[in-house]
Amino acid sequence: MKKWIEEQLAIAGRYFISTLEFSGFTVILLLKTLYYTKNFIQKRHEIARQMFNAGVRTFPVLSIVALFTGMVLSLQLGIEMKYYGQEKYLGQAVIATLTREMGPFTAAIILIASVGAAMAAEVGTMKVSEEIDALEIMSISPVKFLVMPRVIALALVMPIATVYINFMGVLGAAVVANSHVNVSFDVFYFYTLQGMHFKAVYVGLLKSFVFGLCISSISCAHGLKADNGAIGVGHATRDSVVASFITVLIVGYYITEIFFRHGL
Amino acid sequence: MIELIEVNKTFNGRTVLKNLSVSIQTGETFVVIGMSGTGKTVTLKNISGLMDPDSGQVIIDGMKMNNSSGSIRKKLREKMGVVFQSGALLNWLTVGENVALPLVERRVLTGEEISRQVEEKLKLLHLYEAMDRMPSEISGGMKKRVCLARVLVRNPEIILYDEPTSGLDPVMSTVINELIRRMQREFGVTSVVVTHDMESAYFLADRIAVLHNGEIIQCDTPEGIRNSVNPTVQQFIRGEIKGPIDVD
Repeated sequence: MKKWIEEQLAIAGRYFISTLEFSGFTVILLLKTLYYTKNFIQKRHEIARQMFNAGVRTFPVLSIVALFTGMVLSLQLGIEMKYYGQEKYLGQAVIATLTREMGPFTAAIILIASVGAAMAAEVGTMKVSEEIDALEIMSISPVKFLVMPRVIALALVMPIATVYINFMGVLGAAVVANSHVNVSFDVFYFYTLQGMHFKAVYVGLLKSFVFGLCISSISCAHGLKADNGAIGVGHATRDSVVASFITVLIVGYYITEIFFRHGL
Repeated sequence: MIELIEVNKTFNGRTVLKNLSVSIQTGETFVVIGMSGTGKTVTLKNISGLMDPDSGQVIIDGMKMNNSSGSIRKKLREKMGVVFQSGALLNWLTVGENVALPLVERRVLTGEEISRQVEEKLKLLHLYEAMDRMPSEISGGMKKRVCLARVLVRNPEIILYDEPTSGLDPVMSTVINELIRRMQREFGVTSVVVTHDMESAYFLADRIAVLHNGEIIQCDTPEGIRNSVNPTVQQFIRGEIKGPIDVD
């Protein structure tokens, strides 16, 4: 029994140390990436290519998810608010929810599942097929060549995706508010503008920018640490998705805590 | 000169390199042969600094490669090229762009000069027609030749070859072998070649090292290896099933 406990403690200890090591690796990778942003102009074509991959290609998914998020939000809130006769404020509630939390978070979820996972798999495949080694031998920094364009591209795409989600969400919410909760478009539009606080908007955008940095650096870090062929790439992809979700939740909370501790 | 001094490397408790010591002279073509899994590629990775030994030293032209700072490693790698077994081409770049990559990233030459050099190397390796094709559209052997072109375009002093002729047809194998020899004769390039192909080994080598269980069991001229009295060496070079090498 004592031996079993020792073994379990050793496993837990090893897991804790490896997690800590990997976190350190990711933070250093992010710092190196920020250092290489000095090569932004040189890498502009690659950044644009990555932005196209991360942004334009995911817009159909973003549209559907955003529209239905707004519709669900409007329906659920509308039912409750109608009960208290406060349904005219539906637009205000929807825009507050979207700009402060739902917009950045929904964008993060979609981009983790699509772009982040693809990024980890792509970099991981390059790692196991010796392409990263080839870059190092050619004295080409993989961080400058591969990671920086991807991180910057996702950090720039995330706020754009968030604004788009907010817009599509309000659109979906307005339609449901009008058809199911009997709130006219005029009233919905008026209270949406009322509920749109500048601070909520810019904190939401800041949050999505930080999410973009986190997701892309975590995904690239997992890719760079991949080994053991196709199985290793699979593990790296899965682990990057899990780590990104957890990080987005934790970072999201602390940004909210910092900016909204004393209200709007 | 490349020196490996008492290099040891272990993976998950399994010793891959055991007190490996060898000196490779400047301008020499040094061939490493041995069964799969005996540490040939690990040796190359230690020389190139892609992997550090657990103990021992890797010295290149008097400078220590293992556990060195980023700037020393970069300086040593400037004079080094590696021909990877898989080719290790970037799949979103064309063949021409892959070959041009080290020059483009170095940002010293003009676009015109880079194009001229890329075309020259692609012609040398009979790849000019494939310049605009993607890596996914060419064969494994062609990928390997593109990788060699990418190495040659940097004019390295040391080239490490990981199975340069595996997967190539006999004619292309001869083309690559002739090229490796030419690099040595005309440009004084130091080459370390890892191979299973005994024909290539005899053709290329100034010296051949036979690696077995992480140790060099014999290091000699091609003639010396051919006439070796070591039964393990004889079994390997003749490709015999029976002998001291356990094929199970």
